[in-house]
Amino acid sequence: MSPDVTTPVLLLGEVAVGDRLPELAYDVTATTVVLGALASRDWRPMHHDKDFAVERNGTRDIFLNTPNQAAWFERFLTDWTGPHGRLGRMTFRMLGSVFPGDTMVLSGVVDEVTVDGAGCGWVGIDVTLSVGGDVKTTCDARVAVPVDTGDNPWSRTGARWQP
Amino acid sequence: MTAAATVDEVRALIGVPQYEETGEFPVERGYIWTTCASVENGNPLFWDDAAARAITGGPIAPPTMLSVWFRPHHWAPGRDAPHLPLQIHFDLKERLGLPEAVMSDNTIVFHEPVRPGDVLTTRQVLRSVSDEKTTKLGTGRFWVIDVEYTNQAGALVGVESYTGFGYRRPPTGPDGADAR
Repeated sequence: MSPDVTTPVLLLGEVAVGDRLPELAYDVTATTVVLGALASRDWRPMHHDKDFAVERNGTRDIFLNTPNQAAWFERFLTDWTGPHGRLGRMTFRMLGSVFPGDTMVLSGVVDEVTVDGAGCGWVGIDVTLSVGGDVKTTCDARVAVPVDTGDNPWSRTGARWQP
Repeated sequence: MTAAATVDEVRALIGVPQYEETGEFPVERGYIWTTCASVENGNPLFWDDAAARAITGGPIAPPTMLSVWFRPHHWAPGRDAPHLPLQIHFDLKERLGLPEAVMSDNTIVFHEPVRPGDVLTTRQVLRSVSDEKTTKLGTGRFWVIDVEYTNQAGALVGVESYTGFGYRRPPTGPDGADAR
């Protein structure tokens, strides 16, 4: 454990509406798709069998499944917040598929910074996953981040946690 | 096949928990690590026990893995066919006589952290069924289904909400490529 891992990486006061998160670009391979599907226990053939995907789904190849995309969005968000960032809510809209050979790019813009009645700091982020400029999935996320170095969203339970 | 139910019969199920199921295995770290590896997630909460102890009171699962713990084994001895995820969605299609359906969006809300060793239970709850509406896909109804997840202590760990639209295609309508 590094000595500073328990110090928050990002505090609410350091975030403003309009801030852009560092972009994440990733070259998707067949391994990315199959590993992601099996990690999420999704055994359906369109996520590992190219012939099935092409002949039965009419897609050009196997494609990333939804639960694994959620895991990509989580990683993108917590890379930015650090481990103290605690997801409250995510809303997904699936617009298109992501295939091997695609370079997917995750980007995000802060659209809300608030403190709720229980004193929890919240950041709203509009995240998109796109390929070649085409948006494939959008995710509206709400993430709690510490309001000061003594705060830890993970310590909140019951009425103090209002995701 | 039975005659299509009236919308009032279907709406009587609003708020009634259905299809309660307990996970086939306790939450375990192997899947947590495989999931983190699949997306190259280096969050120390999942890799560094000292950091997890300090920040989350011990190891937790990535919150977005909520539904992972309920996907059935590909095979198990003597198992009856499991309920489909979102069985209520398929029930509504059949009961309302709407052959096509799409999911427009879904929301996950995260409550208590999920931890290795937890045995989770899920139930499905119909939240609403709209009056008949016509969209570019066809004529039908929107519905909202919640999937609630609790741990072995009965604490709520998360809720997924799905908005579905079940419909009949107009005679010359577009094909429903994303239908499920």
